[in-house]
Amino acid sequence: MSGKPLKDPLDLLDIASVLTDEEREIQATVARFLADRVRPHIGEWFENAHFARELAPELGKLGVLGMHLEGYGCAGTNAVSYGLACLELEAADSGFRSFVSVQGSLSMFSIWKWGSEEQKQEWLPRLAAGEAIGCFGLTEPDFGSNPSGMRTRAVRDGDDWILNGSKMWITNGGIADVATVWAQTEDGVRGFLVPRGTPGFTTQDIKQKMSLRASITSELYFDNVRLPDSARLPHAQGLRGPLSCLNEARFGILFGAVGAGRDSLQAAIEYADSRVQFDKPISAFQLTQKKLADMTVSLGGAALLAVHLGRLKDQHRIRPEQISVGKLNNVREAIAIARECRTILGANGVSLEYSPLRHANNLESVLTYEGTGEMHTLVVGQAITGQAAFR
Amino acid sequence: MNIVVLVKQVPDSGAERTLSTDDHTLDREDADLVLDEINERAAEEALRLKESVDAEVTVVSMGPDSALEAIRKVLAMGADRGIHVCDDRLHGADVLTTAKVLAAAVRRVGDIDLVLAGNATTDGQASAVPAVVADLLGLPQVTHARELTVDAGRVRAERQTENGEATLDAPLPALVSVTEKINDPRYPSFKGIMAAKKKPVDTVDLDDLFPDADDAGFLVARTRVVEAVPRPPRAAGIRITDDGSAGRQLVEHLIARKLV
Amino acid sequence: MPDVLVLVDHDGERVHKSTYELLAAARRLGDPAAVVVGAPGTAARLKESLARQGATSVYAAESAEAGEFLVTPAVDALELAVREAPPAAVLVSATTDGREVAARLAARLDSGLLIDAVDLDSSGVVTQIVFGGSYTVRSQVTHGVPVITVRPGAFEPEEHPGEVAERALTLPATDPAASARITARRAAPAGDRPGLTEAAVVVSGGRGVGAADGFKVVEELADALGGAVGASRAAVDAGYYPHQFQVGQTGKSVSPQLYIALGISGAIQHLAGMQTSKTIVAVNKDPEAPILDLADYGVVGDLFAVAPQLTQEVAARRAVG
Repeated sequence: MSGKPLKDPLDLLDIASVLTDEEREIQATVARFLADRVRPHIGEWFENAHFARELAPELGKLGVLGMHLEGYGCAGTNAVSYGLACLELEAADSGFRSFVSVQGSLSMFSIWKWGSEEQKQEWLPRLAAGEAIGCFGLTEPDFGSNPSGMRTRAVRDGDDWILNGSKMWITNGGIADVATVWAQTEDGVRGFLVPRGTPGFTTQDIKQKMSLRASITSELYFDNVRLPDSARLPHAQGLRGPLSCLNEARFGILFGAVGAGRDSLQAAIEYADSRVQFDKPISAFQLTQKKLADMTVSLGGAALLAVHLGRLKDQHRIRPEQISVGKLNNVREAIAIARECRTILGANGVSLEYSPLRHANNLESVLTYEGTGEMHTLVVGQAITGQAAFR
Repeated sequence: MNIVVLVKQVPDSGAERTLSTDDHTLDREDADLVLDEINERAAEEALRLKESVDAEVTVVSMGPDSALEAIRKVLAMGADRGIHVCDDRLHGADVLTTAKVLAAAVRRVGDIDLVLAGNATTDGQASAVPAVVADLLGLPQVTHARELTVDAGRVRAERQTENGEATLDAPLPALVSVTEKINDPRYPSFKGIMAAKKKPVDTVDLDDLFPDADDAGFLVARTRVVEAVPRPPRAAGIRITDDGSAGRQLVEHLIARKLV
Repeated sequence: MPDVLVLVDHDGERVHKSTYELLAAARRLGDPAAVVVGAPGTAARLKESLARQGATSVYAAESAEAGEFLVTPAVDALELAVREAPPAAVLVSATTDGREVAARLAARLDSGLLIDAVDLDSSGVVTQIVFGGSYTVRSQVTHGVPVITVRPGAFEPEEHPGEVAERALTLPATDPAASARITARRAAPAGDRPGLTEAAVVVSGGRGVGAADGFKVVEELADALGGAVGASRAAVDAGYYPHQFQVGQTGKSVSPQLYIALGISGAIQHLAGMQTSKTIVAVNKDPEAPILDLADYGVVGDLFAVAPQLTQEVAARRAVG
């Protein structure tokens, strides 16, 4: 038993103690970068729907982009370190975590895992450095949870492919130098790398969002886009290709959500300590303490779950349904925390000076993308009953 | 070129600092310790030199086990090797002993061209340690530099103090201390963090540094704290309504508090 | 009475006020002996004013190159004087140069060094204020000749005219391989302010400043105090001052020795960024402004009257010092 005051009320369970020095240093470095370069501006960027493109090379220099991949200029960290970086990024803003997730886990991972050596050499070093931006097109206007129904098609034309269709809700779409695009072909779903500027490939950014405003979301259009066969990801066939990438990204998300929750809780604790009503700080009122205590409990559970799943991933024995448990739980808890924190902040909570409502709004997207809460629920349901209840 | 950077771990500047009730030394146990910010800039300056000329950068720190973290951080930024002076007998070391120990550690590096340090640390030290190290090593003291040029065996610096600026010139080898204005330090990259684990760090104690010294006679401090009293909690403030002399009253008040 | 060595701060023609403060402090311990390091003829010019302020002897440590090298000539001179006749203590102003001179001297003498004294008693016990005013510490030297740096402004100069003996010290030639040469000197460039988060003094303006032009008053006070300029969110939103200077919840958090809030009401978002400041001064027209409840020194008044007066007073003190 130790009677000393808590060193960090946000880490009541001392989860830091189960991390290695290297993991803590990577986490601290990302946190410091964000404190210097992102946090002072994030409210303004969110309000003005601005994505700070100029930070991409800086994130690249740190080693954040594709950090858990080996070779081709990637840092090659373990999965827990990648998760902790996502946690800090999302604590700053889900928009930045989304940018990094898409760049590293969807765009870069799809090339790293399914691409040819030439494709890897061409794209991975530039994507890792943040000199090039990547995006990932799977979701379509009419096909979200059910990607197997996708309408985007690629057909052979001599040695080439002709691509037609559109993709929706594509993070980084409007600024991407290369898009990983999934399309139906005669022999199932195939992936293609479509460079920006290819004739017939256009993008349109989605305006008037109420979530992830500090990141770019776009629609991609393919109108008779002619691609050489060397644009095809040679090793991916079927939906397993894109779904393997989504598992990577979901892993980052289940850490990221903990960051959004932690940042909200931190804002609420600080505010409750300094806001005086009825002659005492509101943190001294039982109703406020109940909120703070409940959130501390759920956040601690989410963080432990994230680290546990990270350890499984580093041992190469994580299963998709375990990732579903993590994403389902952690995003659900994080959005509940962010909303509850807003209530502690009172009217000030609706101002962009404080983070909780921004996090809550961002988490609306996070709850839905990379597999909705409903789909992850059904994945878990199938895992424990053996019965698929998706359709 | 052989460059040595002197760094120190200090309590996080945002944290409250307390003095131990036993011996009136800084209570480091509960504080979050970080690499001192100005030291980080000294390290950055060394690494920039390393990028322009062929140089080996050795980082030296004196402190308890945890000081190794400060050394690792500079290794992660790109320094080549470290020397960690760690000895319980150094607890409460004064400016002179600190400087003697650092000078002895620098001597272990051998033929050095440049010693770099921060001009002050944020934990209330005298900001005079670099000057004393220069004295002990017989090096020109080029301290409080806001700008630095190393070229053709000489160092030129703009020294900035409360009395204005001076241009300093000295031959190498020399000791330079830098101010917060000198540069913006880099963030260690993930590759750097992972590589730092494999870089050599020598851990040495007083017996290694001063093999001939009489163990019992090693002076750690030449001063003694008679009494340390925490400042009373913030009293109700003074409130006046300006009658045309508030500025003058205010300056008297600030002088009384030693703030002007 | 034993001698107490005092290192004289001067510009070649005049003695700085900080030296008179040292002489007053030195008289508590013994007979003040002023050590003048400079070009030949300097001590003779300064002798009279030093005698009037209580110096009983003046050491002339003069050479043509004494002013051309940083710190080392003064260390050499004091070391010579101490070795000639061990004093009760050596007092040096706690300026940047003074701290370096004192520390190097203490190293050469293997003496105890006490820095930044704000008080001193006849037994040699000094008072120091550490950690930004959070502790008052009393300390004494336990080994060698005490070397003490004294914070400028901590002592009042006292006139104490008397006979003064003149003594000469022969400065050794400075080794150019072990000293830095000063090749140029300039006054500090105007508008060159410390960074917000590092500054010991921060002067911030709020909505009460009224316009971008009004921030001149804030800047002038900051410059007089050698501090940084900050702004409240309201002032930034109104376009009076750039965003990177914002102090508060979404701006920077600062914790200086002295925070002066001009025309800032003290919304909770602003207080979040500055309430750990060691001393807080607030000037506001509105007696109900919440920041006045937090201030160590609150002035209800017009910042455009109070701040310029304060600037002028501070500048006047600095000029004398």
